[in-house]
Amino acid sequence: MENYLNIFVKAIFIENLALGFFLGMCTFLAVSKTVKTAFGLGLAVIAIQVVTLPLNNLIYQQLLVPGALAWAGFPDADLTFLGLICYIGVIAASVQILEMVLDRFVPALYNTLGIFLPLLTVNCAILGGTLFMVQRDYNFGESCIYSIGTGVGWAMAVVALAGIREKMKYSNVPDGLRGLGITFIVVGLMSLAFMAFAGIKL
Amino acid sequence: MSDEDKPSKVLLGPIFNNNPIALQVLGICSALAVTSKLETSLVLSVCVIFVCAFSNLGVSLIRTQIPSVIRICVQISIIATLTILVDEILKAYMFTLSKQLSVFVGLIITNCIIMGRAEGYAMRKGPLLSFLDGLGNGFGYTIILMGVGFLRELTGSGKLFGVEVLQLKAEGGWYSPNGLMLLPPSAFFIIGFMIWALRTWKKDQVDAS
Repeated sequence: MENYLNIFVKAIFIENLALGFFLGMCTFLAVSKTVKTAFGLGLAVIAIQVVTLPLNNLIYQQLLVPGALAWAGFPDADLTFLGLICYIGVIAASVQILEMVLDRFVPALYNTLGIFLPLLTVNCAILGGTLFMVQRDYNFGESCIYSIGTGVGWAMAVVALAGIREKMKYSNVPDGLRGLGITFIVVGLMSLAFMAFAGIKL
Repeated sequence: MSDEDKPSKVLLGPIFNNNPIALQVLGICSALAVTSKLETSLVLSVCVIFVCAFSNLGVSLIRTQIPSVIRICVQISIIATLTILVDEILKAYMFTLSKQLSVFVGLIITNCIIMGRAEGYAMRKGPLLSFLDGLGNGFGYTIILMGVGFLRELTGSGKLFGVEVLQLKAEGGWYSPNGLMLLPPSAFFIIGFMIWALRTWKKDQVDAS
């Protein structure tokens, strides 16, 4: 139990995918103009993360690791090189399903997310989460917890950034720095602040 | 042929006028994570140019055959195949570098530049133009990556490509390295300022807001 709690807190604060590892930056910067859209995107990321990470964990542990196919008569098979394409396949399929569901039931959100919905497939935070799961050799339970933690952490970061950017409307930023430029600097400052968590040992 | 379909424009446009990182906001994750050294930035850039150009070519070749509902899966599997190729080559011939790049070689798949160009350009244009567009965007990415890598390695550890340029205080020289430049947030600041410079130079890129 303590182990699970540990992974959860670590995934949200200490190793926040957005502010600690800088994954999923493209969507992070582009869809954080208003809190409302950012919140919708955050929910989409959590949903995809929770579905794909445990699924990829099953694929990795049951099919790809050396010796996993012993039951089928291939005790020496090492299929880890197929990992990337399997993980991304799972992610792409889930995103496509989510896209269809949103289009059918929540068209308003579907329209606001626009091109960034298909780009969720290439959201580094999602593939990155899976790759970290593989690197750290999590078991199924741990990967479920880790998926929720990383999703929530990322969603929190994007909503926080959107909050800051909404307030930025009232400030007088130099012309060339307006929009993207200042956002980079704001995220830089946010991630500096988040680096303070790095010192916490659980 | 309209003006924007000129091969030279397709190839050179993304470098300054429509830079994938500075204007289109794509492919930033890796730009931040691997740029603390020039060597890693260069290797990753070469990988990205390769994958981007050939995935654009591949997608463009079969673009009329792809049913639009599953287009993402098709594009992604082309990109993933190319990335696995790059990954295996790196592991075979440059093992230490591939260890340093760790998950970021795998994350080329999710580099939004590649996916964005496949979806936004290669699905609509012919193979040759798409290939050039892929190359051009790869170069646009490289130029930013190398710029950031140059600044970070020079000020952070006083070296370029691992060769000492500024003599460090610790070894009797005069330069005391700025540790902040090796931490990821510095990449944000550098790219932020680069965008500022680029947009002051090219006024039409300023955000309307």
